[in-house]
Amino acid sequence: MASLELTGIQKAFGATQVLHGIDLAVAEGEMIVIVGASGCGKSTLLRIVAGLETPSQGSVRIAGREVTGLEPADRDIAMVFQNYALYPHMSVFQNMAYGLKIRGTPKAEITRRVGEAAELLGIAALLERRPRQLSGGQRQRVAMGRAIVRQPKLFLFDEPLSNLDAKLRVQMRAEIRRLQRRLGVTSLFVTHDQTEAMTLGDRLVVMHAGHAAQVATPMEIWARPADTYVAGFIGSPAMNFLEGVLVEGGRAVLLRAGPVLHFADGPRAGPDGQRLIIGIRPEHMRRDPEAGLGLALDLVEPLGSETVLHGRLPGGEALTAKLHGAVPAAGGALRLAIPAAELHVFDAASGRRLDAGP
Amino acid sequence: MPPDTTLAAPVALLPQDATLAVRTARRQRRERWLTHFWLLLGVLVFALPIWITLVGSTHDASTIGRGDVPLLPGTHGLENYAAAFATGGSGRFRASPAGLMLWNSALMAMLIATGKIAISLLSAYAVVFFSFPGRMLAFWTIFLTLMLPVEVRIIPTYQVIVDLDLFNPMAGLTIPLIASATATLLFRQFFLTIPDEYVEAAKIDGAGPLRFFRDILLPLSVTNIAALFVILFIYGWNQYLWPLLVVNDRSLETIVVGLAKMIGSGDAQNEWNVIMATAVLALLPPVLVVVLMQRWFVKGLTETEK
Repeated sequence: MASLELTGIQKAFGATQVLHGIDLAVAEGEMIVIVGASGCGKSTLLRIVAGLETPSQGSVRIAGREVTGLEPADRDIAMVFQNYALYPHMSVFQNMAYGLKIRGTPKAEITRRVGEAAELLGIAALLERRPRQLSGGQRQRVAMGRAIVRQPKLFLFDEPLSNLDAKLRVQMRAEIRRLQRRLGVTSLFVTHDQTEAMTLGDRLVVMHAGHAAQVATPMEIWARPADTYVAGFIGSPAMNFLEGVLVEGGRAVLLRAGPVLHFADGPRAGPDGQRLIIGIRPEHMRRDPEAGLGLALDLVEPLGSETVLHGRLPGGEALTAKLHGAVPAAGGALRLAIPAAELHVFDAASGRRLDAGP
Repeated sequence: MPPDTTLAAPVALLPQDATLAVRTARRQRRERWLTHFWLLLGVLVFALPIWITLVGSTHDASTIGRGDVPLLPGTHGLENYAAAFATGGSGRFRASPAGLMLWNSALMAMLIATGKIAISLLSAYAVVFFSFPGRMLAFWTIFLTLMLPVEVRIIPTYQVIVDLDLFNPMAGLTIPLIASATATLLFRQFFLTIPDEYVEAAKIDGAGPLRFFRDILLPLSVTNIAALFVILFIYGWNQYLWPLLVVNDRSLETIVVGLAKMIGSGDAQNEWNVIMATAVLALLPPVLVVVLMQRWFVKGLTETEK
């Protein structure tokens, strides 16, 4: 039985359709990361699960129970907010205990649960403080603690790391992951940060303009993105896109930049002359002084162990390459080869991925 | 003169720069004197009348009756205050004892301040946190009453109070003054700055609307409530026209009205010493409220607890 089940979730604010039918089944204990650019509807989806918004259509089931019409408090969920939303006039203890207190949990039980959660998060010494007296990382922990003491069926995280500085963010990211594993609670985590998404999620939901563009494991999404949007969104620097047309009965592509590349994994179904978009990740580009494409460099970014090169192909298309080690940019030009095994083939009209035919 | 304006011997200033430095020091000195002059003048203008009242309340009636304005305290202070507090003086004019009037005024000001705060907290809560049909209409209606102070609507209000048979004690005195657009607006502005996430966190914690109001909104509003209380208490204390109109019973007279009634017109002989003692007594409670609540008052006006 799925721990969380979304069926045909749609949401419109007035005439603006924000979500166009999202389906999702989350297994027990799974960590799902919803990732997308701002305005893609990811927060709205989370708020619908939380019960803070009502879907225009579709249903939400949590642990097999239909909760679509229920109040947030009756859904057996806990949520960690972006700004933590800790009540400023309450101590850390009171903040964590508030939800339990309202539910009428006995005092001793509250003290025990809050104590356990505080111990787990390493904030036991801070219980009497006010949120104002805490650092960002500590507030974050308290917000997590408030969620944990409820022992909910489902954790919801709404960009909880975006208010932290870079170093703390990495640290808290790992901590959230460990904690989630340890508690084994099904979680939904919303972020716009692809690194967070890749490192945290058992599976990702890449959202684009109110659709779930792809739902898959992080590696699957990186290796086989479903369309050009996902391909360009996941991976840094972003994937290169080159125009081309299908030739040789589907076995190769003729790039606008010149060369013909033969698909390593077999022919694509489609008429010759079909317009394609070829994706190639910057880190897959190789130096090839003899046969490669000429790249006129206009920016070189040395990162120490790697170098990122930005330039233009003879046809004028922009291309980014990430090469190991230092790259002497003498003369402002470089010859690069595109390994045929690393190509991603997309239909130019629909943007959908084209896989090799059976 | 503060020592820091005297310029130390410049180490290696160019001649023209030394002249500039001297000029700057002179200008700063001049500005400091000027500032203090204006400040002292301001203090004098505001404090002198109070001082004269204070001094006047310690002389006997004949000293003031002669037309002298004494600037140094006299020796009749105790008897004047005792007379003011207990009987309102022995003059020919209708006067109530200040003790009773102080009590009436305090009760009225207190009722008006708490009533206004209670009503405006609730109405601002409704207008900000709930969406119901006619919400904006409600808000604008409240807003419009800002343009109708008590003086403008005094005749219809009087009629309403008489028709409702409230032409009696505190109810008639305070209720028309309680409905308050200003306080509602202030609370609305404050509530709008409260992040939605508190509301949502409370929803997920399972707090209903009244619980949220009591447990979260009210504690967050404490400093604002304190600041408003000070302002509204003084507003209530200073009410003149409405109490004058609606109170006939001398046992209900407020001190601001009573004070004015002590001063007779024409060539009557006023007991200025007792009047001034009463004025000082009338001054004390608002001053006390401000002094006691100053810390909260300033906090409420300047910072929000977030």
